[in-house]
Amino acid sequence: MHMADALLAPAVAATMYVASGAAAGVSITKLRKDDEPQKLPTMAVTAALVFAGQMINYTIPGTGSSGHMCGGMMLSALLGPYAGFLSMIVILAIQCLFFADGGLLALGANIWNMAFYGCFVGYFLIWKPIIHSKWFGEGRSAVRKRIIAASIIGCVLTLQLGAFSVVLETSLSGITELPFGAFMALMQPIHLAIGLIEGLITAAVLCFVFESRPELLRDVDETGIALDAKRSLKTTVAILAIVAVVVGGGLSLFASGNPDGLEWALFGNADGGYSTNMGLDEENFGVSSQAAETAESIQEKTSFLPDYAFTDSDSPVGTSVSGIVGGAMVAGVAILICCAGGFFRRKKRA
Amino acid sequence: MEKALSELGQMDELAVMESPIHDLNAAAKLLSTIVYIITVMSFDKYDLSGLLPMVLVPVLMYQIAGIPVHTCFYKLRIVLPLVMAVGLFNPFFDRAIMLKIGTVGISGGVISMITLMLKGVLCLMASFLLVATTPFDSICAALRKMHLPRTLVTLLLLTYRYVGVMTQELAIMTDAYHLRAPGQKGIHVSAWGSFLGQLLLRSMDRAQELYSSMLLRGYHQHFHYAPGKPFRAKDAAFLILSCLCFILLRHINVAELLGSLIVR
Repeated sequence: MHMADALLAPAVAATMYVASGAAAGVSITKLRKDDEPQKLPTMAVTAALVFAGQMINYTIPGTGSSGHMCGGMMLSALLGPYAGFLSMIVILAIQCLFFADGGLLALGANIWNMAFYGCFVGYFLIWKPIIHSKWFGEGRSAVRKRIIAASIIGCVLTLQLGAFSVVLETSLSGITELPFGAFMALMQPIHLAIGLIEGLITAAVLCFVFESRPELLRDVDETGIALDAKRSLKTTVAILAIVAVVVGGGLSLFASGNPDGLEWALFGNADGGYSTNMGLDEENFGVSSQAAETAESIQEKTSFLPDYAFTDSDSPVGTSVSGIVGGAMVAGVAILICCAGGFFRRKKRA
Repeated sequence: MEKALSELGQMDELAVMESPIHDLNAAAKLLSTIVYIITVMSFDKYDLSGLLPMVLVPVLMYQIAGIPVHTCFYKLRIVLPLVMAVGLFNPFFDRAIMLKIGTVGISGGVISMITLMLKGVLCLMASFLLVATTPFDSICAALRKMHLPRTLVTLLLLTYRYVGVMTQELAIMTDAYHLRAPGQKGIHVSAWGSFLGQLLLRSMDRAQELYSSMLLRGYHQHFHYAPGKPFRAKDAAFLILSCLCFILLRHINVAELLGSLIVR
């Protein structure tokens, strides 16, 4: 799910840097209050282990394929959300710099998509409430089942949120012609399957830790019993419901304000040779409806992304042909520079 | 995993080479790289001819640094799949013909797809050049100079040190596992938890020992970085000139200018 630089407009990338930077600032402040010097080596070693662990292939039974581990949930279950988030930032930065997994410009977005959801949403809304709940009854065996449930639900949900963010950020950047809905329909199911497998792997590792050294896990004491919770499951469910309403409401507004290609073709594509109104009430449902006009005027006022109009449209062929010839010349110059560089390197070695 | 280790080793080897680019201050290179990537990404999605001359910058830098350009192309296997997955839909949704070469019409979707892929390659080339010409310690020291929080920089440095150790240890474990389970692809479901879990427990203990040894060596929450290359006049000149060059290339379509010399 690592986004490359090419998938983001600078404005979106900067926004994501600000958002991730704010979350990192809060995490550092919290960590400083929580015995930071002692935690740093543990965070570094665990982050390095998760980094290496992500390269292991886990065979998925009954299929010919393999899965990988989910880092965010595991780190927040072991180190806590703040330390886990910072460790994930470091993992993503090293992956971006040394393995080209992601990009410098896209680092802020990748931190948000993978670390923020995995560590904060995964810990505060999934891990902590489930571990402290009364699900599966009392005792060690119940806590074990809760760990499995929290790992799977956490990985699935956080990956879904991450995949949704990738779609949103790419669409806002104006990178793809793929309609928002179609892009989402492609991304979400794939990440549902990935999330499930990652959840199972995370659950397996955390259960092993629970059986061997339960005190290493957050919210679990050395006897393997969940510590007292400060927030009830009901409160969390209420928070989740509010988030769902807000996100759902926001999305429906987005959907009605920006009709997808199919709607557009149905309601008003006279230029394309179709009927302007294919049997539907344009006043109420079409792109010229009052709601669409209001949304359009808001969009015009708030739009900060580049307008992707084709420049020099007056003489596209003339300028483009000279552009192609010039491009070929540029490629020639690039090859010449490479040849010259190679020649001087060989000469230097000799 | 062995590949990852060799990639890390290769980057470290490249970073300690000597060249005018290697000699520059890390902060100057970092800032210049960021400006380059932002400039590349700010090009219009149809502005392929405007984007093409941006290729010259990394190509020239690679030659000055003495790094063959093809060394970074291996990493494209990671960058290109998602970029291609997104870009490949453009020709299907954007079919308006924008350019005709003879009788062959090229749609806007094809142009925007090629532009997107080129942007991906250029951004990768720039990031790779930065890491290939700058030791990681120097990048961390530069980040600290740029007032990135001490906690984050220290964590970055410590994690980088341990990434090699952990990867090596896991590579040995994986080899041992595959020797005991020949022909099996990946780790069997029965060992999902214990395989990484055992190393995790050992690592957590190791981290405590590491912290104790750091304390014995006088660690008091502050890491002392080796004095890197100072920010000299030539670093400032590099930064200013490179940024000016990027801005010029952004606003002047060099490819079209060159082409117009031949085609009227």
